[in-house]
Amino acid sequence: MPNLSKTDQNRLAQSGIDLSMKNRCGSYLQMDQDIVHSECSQEGIEVLSYKKAMEKYDWMKEYAWKVVSPEKDDITRYVAAQKEPKGYVIIAHKGSNNIFPIQACLFLGKDQIQHVHNIIIAEEGAELHIVSGCTSGEHVGIGGAHYGISEFYVGKNAKISFTMIHNWSENIEVYPRSASVVGENGVFLSNYVCMQPVKKVQMYPTATLKGANSVARFSSIVISTPGSNMDLGSRAVLEAPGASAELITRAITKGGTIISRGHINGKVAGTRGHLECKGLILQDGVIYAIPEIEGSVVGTELSHEAAVGKIARDEIEYLMSRGLDENEATATIIRGFLDVRISGLPEALQQQIDASIDVAEKSGF
Amino acid sequence: MLHIEHLHVNIGDKEVLRDINLHVDEGETHVLLGPNGSGKTTLLMTIMGYSNYTIMKGKITFKGEDVTTMHAHERAMRGIGMMFQRPPTVSGLKLGKMLTAISRTKQENIPELAKTVHMDKFLERDINKGFSGGEIKRSEVLQLMIQNPDFVMLDEPESGVDLENISLIGTTIGALLEKDKHLAKRRKSGLVITHTGYILDYLDADKGHVMCDGQIRCHGNPREILKDIKQRGYRECLECRNQ
Repeated sequence: MPNLSKTDQNRLAQSGIDLSMKNRCGSYLQMDQDIVHSECSQEGIEVLSYKKAMEKYDWMKEYAWKVVSPEKDDITRYVAAQKEPKGYVIIAHKGSNNIFPIQACLFLGKDQIQHVHNIIIAEEGAELHIVSGCTSGEHVGIGGAHYGISEFYVGKNAKISFTMIHNWSENIEVYPRSASVVGENGVFLSNYVCMQPVKKVQMYPTATLKGANSVARFSSIVISTPGSNMDLGSRAVLEAPGASAELITRAITKGGTIISRGHINGKVAGTRGHLECKGLILQDGVIYAIPEIEGSVVGTELSHEAAVGKIARDEIEYLMSRGLDENEATATIIRGFLDVRISGLPEALQQQIDASIDVAEKSGF
Repeated sequence: MLHIEHLHVNIGDKEVLRDINLHVDEGETHVLLGPNGSGKTTLLMTIMGYSNYTIMKGKITFKGEDVTTMHAHERAMRGIGMMFQRPPTVSGLKLGKMLTAISRTKQENIPELAKTVHMDKFLERDINKGFSGGEIKRSEVLQLMIQNPDFVMLDEPESGVDLENISLIGTTIGALLEKDKHLAKRRKSGLVITHTGYILDYLDADKGHVMCDGQIRCHGNPREILKDIKQRGYRECLECRNQ
């Protein structure tokens, strides 16, 4: 592990990266454009750099730029044009599973654009849990950007959970571009947590449910502070009978802007989808919820609910009548608001999400 | 313990309580009776310190200290507690988390306490969300058990509760009010709103008051007042000027 200042180590820990490797079965660490660490102790699971994976497996090219198009936008074109692509490839071979998650850390230490291209594959029957901590160092001055392409392949009866914890700073712009394809009985869980300031995040990950009875769940828990501009979305395309999707967002603005997009497209009969966005405006800012549901056949059932508001006075006073002062009562209610239990997520990862929210709570949200 | 003098309360521009005088001594339990909309809940919420009940005139003294302008949490910290009739649902906030927040540094065994009121299965549920009438009451009682107030206000503790649960809730509230202790050793006091009087089987109230139109109109033995109301309704009771 590299030499990092105490502050930077703390920032990594807040992003879910455990440098002691406790409760982790593998790690990938990229600082700026340098891959400093890549290993996995779990049998049947490989953590490789993008370059090494391409050299090792000829068939890897069948997975690169297949669910995300290199021509999608300026971001994908920039990453596709790199002569030395960076990023990681994680392969969970047939039947493998990791109880402790693999951690992938993308650390931005200098002013520049950090680019990565990640490919995550869970083969038939495999179960793969990843926590991706993205953070910037205390020495980033005028600013930087992170361009990240991620392609997920969830095989038949396989499962991938991907928990991304962002811990950037006011001067970083982040442009993840990710997409997944889920096979028969496959499960894809995508969780996004951002409790800290960021200049701009823009992303709209898409899950295409191609296999019968496949499941996708997107959960986003975000707080936007003044100067933060978060344009977040998630999309599920239901292409096989029995496929279902759930898109859950909890958004709080303390003066920043949050655009919460969501789109579920029910293309075949026997599919279900639900989209839920709840927003709290604690200080004047923007929460702009754009939930879209699109059904084009008989037999797809889609619903959405969106609500934006403030904390009800009677809820605060209810807690005050039990002895909590107004600030404690408010923080306790906000903590509850952000408390999304993600079914199917290993306890270690749920705890990681809780811990990131705890940090925000300690600073009074 | 609680002393209220010439209390006038507004909600917005409307006067909802007029010239309330009430004195509850240490160890005593009082009952508030009165028709719907007469101001009973308003009085309890005012004593608790809810901010939309504006005290225009008068004074509330608790354990010798003027609490008239104090916030709800300051009153709670001094020992005032309330069982709400219709507490709000707080989405996402788990009952267990709420209890931990209330218990603060006290080393309470929350799961064990929850078991005594059959709420152990509810600790991971959003507070009051989808709770039945009886479950709400048991959740409220459980919160009060941890809070352990010296002055317990109960807003219709028996409403929406089946017979089996009334016994459980009644016994638990009785314990909160130290009804199991000898009169001379009893320190806790209570103020209870009831329509049916069922709860009195567990509380042995000392005094009764009848409210109407935001005023306390009548005082007396709670069982006798209740019997009168059951036989003749509130009409005669309200004509009573036995103040």
